[in-house]
Amino acid sequence: MNVGLFIPCYIDQFYPNVGIATLQLLEKLGCNVSFPLNQTCCGQPMANSGFASLSKSCDKNFVSNFRGFDYIVGPSGSCVLHLKEHLHVEQHSGEAEHIRKHVYELTEFLVDVLKVEKLNASFPYKVGLHNSCHGQRGLHLSSMSERNLPAFSKPQQLLSMVKGLELKMPSRPDECCGFGGTFCVFEEAVSVKMGKDRIADHANNDIQYITGGDTSCLMHLEGILKRNGSKVKTIHIAEILNSNA
Amino acid sequence: MSHNSTLKHAEAAAQFINDEPRTNWHDETLWFVRQKRDKAAHGLPEWEQLREWASQVKNHTLSNLDNYLKEFESKAQDNGVIVHWAADAEEHNRIIYDIIAHHKIKKIVKSKSMLTEECGLNEFLHTKGIETVDTDLGERIVQFRNEPPSHIVLPAIHLKKQDVSDTFHEHLNTEKGNNDPQYLTEAARQHLREKFIESELAITGVNFAIAETGGFVVCTNEGNADMGAHAAKIHIACMGFEKMIPRAEHLSVFLRLLARSATGQPITTYSSHFHKPRQGQEMHIVIVDNGRSRQLGRADFRNSLKCIRCAACFNTCPVYRRSGGHSYHTAVAGPIGSILNPNIDMRANADLPFASTLCGSCSNVCPVKIDIHDQLWKWRQVLVAEGYVDTTKKVGLKGMAFLLARPGLYRFAGKAGRAVMRLFPWIVNNKLNPWYKQREMPAPPKQSFRDWYLQNKKQ
Repeated sequence: MNVGLFIPCYIDQFYPNVGIATLQLLEKLGCNVSFPLNQTCCGQPMANSGFASLSKSCDKNFVSNFRGFDYIVGPSGSCVLHLKEHLHVEQHSGEAEHIRKHVYELTEFLVDVLKVEKLNASFPYKVGLHNSCHGQRGLHLSSMSERNLPAFSKPQQLLSMVKGLELKMPSRPDECCGFGGTFCVFEEAVSVKMGKDRIADHANNDIQYITGGDTSCLMHLEGILKRNGSKVKTIHIAEILNSNA
Repeated sequence: MSHNSTLKHAEAAAQFINDEPRTNWHDETLWFVRQKRDKAAHGLPEWEQLREWASQVKNHTLSNLDNYLKEFESKAQDNGVIVHWAADAEEHNRIIYDIIAHHKIKKIVKSKSMLTEECGLNEFLHTKGIETVDTDLGERIVQFRNEPPSHIVLPAIHLKKQDVSDTFHEHLNTEKGNNDPQYLTEAARQHLREKFIESELAITGVNFAIAETGGFVVCTNEGNADMGAHAAKIHIACMGFEKMIPRAEHLSVFLRLLARSATGQPITTYSSHFHKPRQGQEMHIVIVDNGRSRQLGRADFRNSLKCIRCAACFNTCPVYRRSGGHSYHTAVAGPIGSILNPNIDMRANADLPFASTLCGSCSNVCPVKIDIHDQLWKWRQVLVAEGYVDTTKKVGLKGMAFLLARPGLYRFAGKAGRAVMRLFPWIVNNKLNPWYKQREMPAPPKQSFRDWYLQNKKQ
């Protein structure tokens, strides 16, 4: 199985360990993984700010990097959702469509395609899970508190396979953290307040780590935690699933 | 009282959050309503089916609106009701004023109608020297304070008991410092009873207008619409043209969804069905467009007209809960307001579709399945294309798009700029950077993932 590894721009630049963990995890699970070297960004920051018209070149670049793979996998629900909903290149509509249908967020790829049932991972800590909105409500990685439908969670299913990990859910299991792309600076006050409230909810569970499938949410929460001198750390779910602590 | 603030949502929200304990209280109060809604919705196994039916009935109605409106008009006229058509807010207000002037009316009561807020009816009548008494308790409170409602179902939800106590002390002469809810409610009750008895004309809103019967339904918890309509010799009901449903039996879907979505109640305390004027009474219906036909013509936004004004999207919205209704500076706030108001005035309301993280919770709670968060995204595209977005944002994002479209340049900028995070125009480590105001920057790593990959993996 040929997998194209999609590492979103801010992970590439600021959180290389998330990329490394994703790559190692996929290889451990038997995938033949390549990282196309000219990839940059999915185009979401522009599109979500109303400038979808400016993300055309990103779309083109994405398709030329990721054509020809069986699957494209990335450790970010938000970027993957953007590609699924908005990746269009007129001259290469067939290839763009193939990518839209075969691009997966990491945890849904592990559960739905690889059908992982056990992991050789251990992480002996108390961990709170942050359900990122785009992964959850957009990609349906887990059931949503608003809907009257059967309960499930792909990230929780995977975390339950990790030795020693004690999972704690916050009282509001799927409230947004307030990152929201450029929202985090253009609506700074609300964004930070939302982040502080998420952290307080997790802190009630006396956790050591907050994990999730989106580095952008975690970067925002980490920024607030560090500013306030908290001992709680953030960690991407790929790093936990790949860990042998 | 309409909004005349020139503050944009982000600035008004920042002011709201300055009082953090109050913000926490506002958030928790509305979250409690959201939880009540969850309990009511999850208690019905057929909940998702009801939402689907409601959505389909409304879609069908919007697609055949001209016929249903004509049917409704003719049935209502057969029932002895006088039907008026208003193209915009101004015509709506003038029609009502003409009725008032014709009958030389002095005393008017009005139950909750967001349409009359949208049209600025109270202020218009005030300029003509006519005072209207809002009879919904929450609306009366904000009316005393000369404020607009901050929520379409809970108009005074931004106020605490002591605020109400102070307001009533000033306007109803209640004891200073007595915050007992029962005492305060009783004072409002006595005050409003008098207004009902004196009133000559009652204005109500409309929740559902039924084409096959020409009747309409008004839902309240306080019975104030009934008190007004039954005591006065003239009843005027105002409705946006999207309130239409084809048949009375469809109420069995909508009435089950409305109150559960709004407050978690199985049904509103009063669901009052009006069909014809009682003997000696005059009954009017004013059907208003005010931009609705323009919205109906926008393929991406037409289904926002399915809205039944339950406010579930307000209560679930993490941004609304932390910024308060007044920060939206429009009659209808919250996520639904942010997709309705740009249609009414694109320039004045260009900030609203950006007052969201696009988390999608609004679309999930919507009882008529409006894809609210997708429409917020689409409005952003429209507003940028029409030139309603400020230039600094535009320049920053253009620069970013330029960089990200060029892999070589992206890598160069990353290498050169990782330490100062120049790659992301808004992530710059200084006091002007809104990120840095209350958050640390990510620690810059030694190398990018790509550099690591080339060093360790590439054969």
